Amino acid sequence: MQILEIHEPGETPLPHAEERRPAVGIDLGTTNSLVALSQDQKPEVLCDPDGSAMVPSVVAYPETGEVLVGELARRHLLEEPDLVVSSIKRLMGRGPDDLKRLAGTLPFELEPAEDGRMVRLRIGARRLTPVEISADILRALKARAERALGREIDQAVITVPAYFDDAARTATRDAARLAGLEVLRLVNEPTAAALAYGLDQGAEGLYAIYDLGGGTFDVSILRLEKGVFQVLATGGDAALGGDDFDHAIAERFLAERARQLGAEKLSVAATKQALVTARLAKECLTDRTQGEWVLDLDGRTSRHRLDAGSFEALVAPLVERTIATAKRVLFDARLKPQDVRGVVMVGGSTRVPLVRRKVAELFGREPLANIDPDQVVALGAALQAEALTHGSDTLLLDVTPLSLGIETMGGLVEKVIHRNSTIPVARAQEFTTYQDGQSAMLIHVVQGEREMARQNRSLARFELRGIPPMVAGAARIRVSFAVDADGLLTVSAEEKTTGVAAHVEVKPSYGLTEEEMAAMLRESMEHAREDMEARLLAEARVSADRVLLALRGALRADGGLLDGAERDAIDAAVAKLERSKEGEDRGAIQDAIEELDRATQDFAARRMDRNIAAALKGVSVDQLGRKTGSGE
Amino acid sequence: MSEERAEKDGGATAMRDCWSCGTAVAMRAPFCHACGVIQAPQPVDHFTRLNLPARFDLQMADIERQYFGLQRYFHPDRFAAKPARERALSSQHATDLNEAYAVVKDPLRRAEYLLVLKGRPVQGDACSTISDPRVLLEAMEMREELAEAQSATEIEGIIARVEGECEAVLDEVADAFAREAFDLAGRHCIRLRYLTKLAAEAHERRARLEA
Repeated sequence: MQILEIHEPGETPLPHAEERRPAVGIDLGTTNSLVALSQDQKPEVLCDPDGSAMVPSVVAYPETGEVLVGELARRHLLEEPDLVVSSIKRLMGRGPDDLKRLAGTLPFELEPAEDGRMVRLRIGARRLTPVEISADILRALKARAERALGREIDQAVITVPAYFDDAARTATRDAARLAGLEVLRLVNEPTAAALAYGLDQGAEGLYAIYDLGGGTFDVSILRLEKGVFQVLATGGDAALGGDDFDHAIAERFLAERARQLGAEKLSVAATKQALVTARLAKECLTDRTQGEWVLDLDGRTSRHRLDAGSFEALVAPLVERTIATAKRVLFDARLKPQDVRGVVMVGGSTRVPLVRRKVAELFGREPLANIDPDQVVALGAALQAEALTHGSDTLLLDVTPLSLGIETMGGLVEKVIHRNSTIPVARAQEFTTYQDGQSAMLIHVVQGEREMARQNRSLARFELRGIPPMVAGAARIRVSFAVDADGLLTVSAEEKTTGVAAHVEVKPSYGLTEEEMAAMLRESMEHAREDMEARLLAEARVSADRVLLALRGALRADGGLLDGAERDAIDAAVAKLERSKEGEDRGAIQDAIEELDRATQDFAARRMDRNIAAALKGVSVDQLGRKTGSGE
Repeated sequence: MSEERAEKDGGATAMRDCWSCGTAVAMRAPFCHACGVIQAPQPVDHFTRLNLPARFDLQMADIERQYFGLQRYFHPDRFAAKPARERALSSQHATDLNEAYAVVKDPLRRAEYLLVLKGRPVQGDACSTISDPRVLLEAMEMREELAEAQSATEIEGIIARVEGECEAVLDEVADAFAREAFDLAGRHCIRLRYLTKLAAEAHERRARLEA
């Protein structure tokens, strides 16, 4: 397109495309998710056109085949509860055994899982894994960011609870991959909060981050000093959060209801409705002392009163658990509560007055909530995303939350990497054979603090084969663990006397296989085709604008080179391009651009000749343009 | 983990080729002077890794200044936008630095590591046999006392005493190192080891009592 090549001197038709690709920060929460972007260390949450920052982590799969995320999906929750999934984060990286424990407390319908496979949820006609459902939330966040920023986004920092195990972290990373996002780093939620808080408030010294979200609880102790954010210890509970408060209220209401109306078998849909009501009650009791709520389930109505005192009695045992964990973390960091200079509250559940009181009591000081506890994690993630892509002076040193080890004789665990080790970390341990002539060794990798392997999280099993026959105890098998900066584990094993090696990327026992991942990626590509269409249309419009802008400049400068008929032909082609640009047909826009290009070819050639001639005469193009342009 | 290298840094500067641009680079240089790309870490001792003198008498502030300063250059967060191989190398550097810091900042581990470097390793591991009969007697008595302690105050009293002992032994360790009396330092280390373990157990019991 020659016409583009001649710009007015000193005037570029379009500013140079921004070379630095922005990376966003994403807080993928149990109840709500947020996406934020930081520029020049000023993070901001990206809102939807209505100005709302939070995307409810709710996904609806209506029979029409579309996927709804956020507020739209939440509206479906009461109409078509069977087709709506919420709190999916609680199932990330979970296997069928974990779910048996959680069964009854979670309103999910599960597909009977095959051995060692990832669980699938039954949602209408669909069978989806938690990874796919999380990917749908991430896609919605990605789309929101792209709409807000007007450009494609494909890199993100995603936060995870500090106490997430390897399986849940891997599941999160896989979900991002499905959603077309490259994960620059998985950052622990309390650490992200500290980053936002520390950089904003210029805090120095020891800080505790108390993060009670919808479904997870973390507490971390950090040392903030001269731009270094050093996590000293972390702890938590990956299955404790505001959801559990809702459950406690719902259980009370349903027990009252059974007394009022007699026993009934509630549908999954009715349970979800009861939970929604319980959540409303919890939120009301944050600043009111009492209230009354109505449960209209399966066609029968019951009324329930609850006051703040009874609510606190219901959730007190849960809050106590968080306080015990906080004490444990202080102990791990070899600190006393009074050593801590500030306690930062993170997560919507820290609005519950009892939580604030108990935390204040433990640390002997009022907790800080200068930054919106719902947004602080996303803001920190955005800061880290900027730091990773554009460089930064701050240094973030995080730790691994749980010990990693392997199962030895008698089902005991030999820890290889201890909890609260600064990552990245690598450590190796030697093991030996226990039978004469043993030619293979099964290596069972576990994560957790308990003595027995079966009490901990099983991450992977693999076999080192081809050990040459030796007497028991003669082989020297060196097992190496490496945890990277994302908190993800890689394990390798080698027989030292012969060099027989085995290497595994730890795929959690209930993780996705490569084939499953490939199939899901294929599927999401098909979804992506629709997105791609939209993007190509947007790109075609941008090129149309560019062509029109350049042409207008050229006409202004050299319009005198055209006679009336030629000018009419160009104007007609311009009008056609402007019309097609308003439409949805990408092909038509392309055609109109080409047509305009043909209509202006002669004009472009004449301009070129004249500019060259002018240059040869020693008259600058600049002056020439101004001279002839005045006639326009 | 760093690759083993046969080459030893002698009088002359040992060189290697930059993996990225092929320029000859000093073995010890972590970055290529020609293209600026990160090189594989060298198998050096933890003190050298942190650019600190290999001695017991080190200030925490100095250790941390070195560790944080080096991590600012090598941490994977600095390489997130770089190609995979550079990311991997940065991770190796950061891993080695974390390991060096963990050993050097802990006085007992620092002392034991120094004794290994001096060719006088303390024999046995964490629960090795205590051969000195006086130390053995002290260990048994203290352990008994902890087992019998019932109240938080009693346990706290033991903690205070054990930690006071630890401080005193640390001074003796420092003194022994200053006089290059490595065998004596080793004997103090054995005592320090069990005292540290005892303090940890006492803390643990105290925490459990509270829960």
